[in-house]
Amino acid sequence: MNTVAEPAVIDAVDRAIIVATQKGLPLVARPYHAVAEQVGVPAEEVMSRMQRMRDNGIIRRIAAVPNHYALGYKANGMTVWDVADARIDELGRRVGELECVSHCYHRPRHLPDWSYNLFAMVHGHDRAEVEAQAQQIAELLGDACRGHDILYSTRILKKTGLRIGG
Amino acid sequence: MDALDRAIVNALQDGFPICAQPYEAVAQQLGTTEQELLVRLGKLLEAGTLSRFGPMYHAERLGGALSLAALKVAPQDYERVAEQVNALPEVAHNYERNHALNMWFVLATETATAQADAVDKIERETGCTVYNMPKLAEYFVELKLRV
Repeated sequence: MNTVAEPAVIDAVDRAIIVATQKGLPLVARPYHAVAEQVGVPAEEVMSRMQRMRDNGIIRRIAAVPNHYALGYKANGMTVWDVADARIDELGRRVGELECVSHCYHRPRHLPDWSYNLFAMVHGHDRAEVEAQAQQIAELLGDACRGHDILYSTRILKKTGLRIGG
Repeated sequence: MDALDRAIVNALQDGFPICAQPYEAVAQQLGTTEQELLVRLGKLLEAGTLSRFGPMYHAERLGGALSLAALKVAPQDYERVAEQVNALPEVAHNYERNHALNMWFVLATETATAQADAVDKIERETGCTVYNMPKLAEYFVELKLRV
């Protein structure tokens, strides 16, 4: 588990690499060389800095991000759970380990309107698949769970990438 | 998508190497050529099958603040409030959801203070209470969808 992360120390070159790559890695045979040219440092330095940022968690992963809808995952459920506070870290970790869960967080309740403190995103081709995944989570939580709900997105009102200023 | 496209989508969700010719390294594993991989990856991105490809940065490790927040909006006010919320550059994603709390958005700001300011501004402009739910702990984050 990670509690909320502390800021890491980055310098101007790291920041220039981040700004150059946050929209994506260039689609050329030597992408890190292309980034190096843009930033104005040797390619070896770009690679060693990105390696370091990946090792210390500034870069979570270098990978492709799938578009749920285009891949046929049309039901995306935010499953939310009211879990005993004393057990939330232990159970949150185990829910996060389930194959079907892509994001899992402990968030604050807002009583009386909102009693759920554990959030787990699951993705299915239809709602029945999402409900089966929620059932798996319910079984794992057992008696420690006092209630749950599944919130589906019924409309995308806005979607932009996260941006880091240059 | 044919079998090679699916193999590319699955493999690239797992990760990507840092080396001089990384596409060549991945292409070899997939039994294709560097050139073919680059062309197909370009098409998958252009078609929107993949929404992005590259490093995913950890906003909080870079000093930024992220939060999930929700509003309970009356049906007759919904479109007006959506417009007001969407107008803020701090709002990265915003979704309508099937619950009494029916508008859910991600606030992405450079600092925690800017997040509090955005919450105040949304409350002032929309007249709705913001249910702000910044994460207290993160147990897992890794979206992978098999095709």
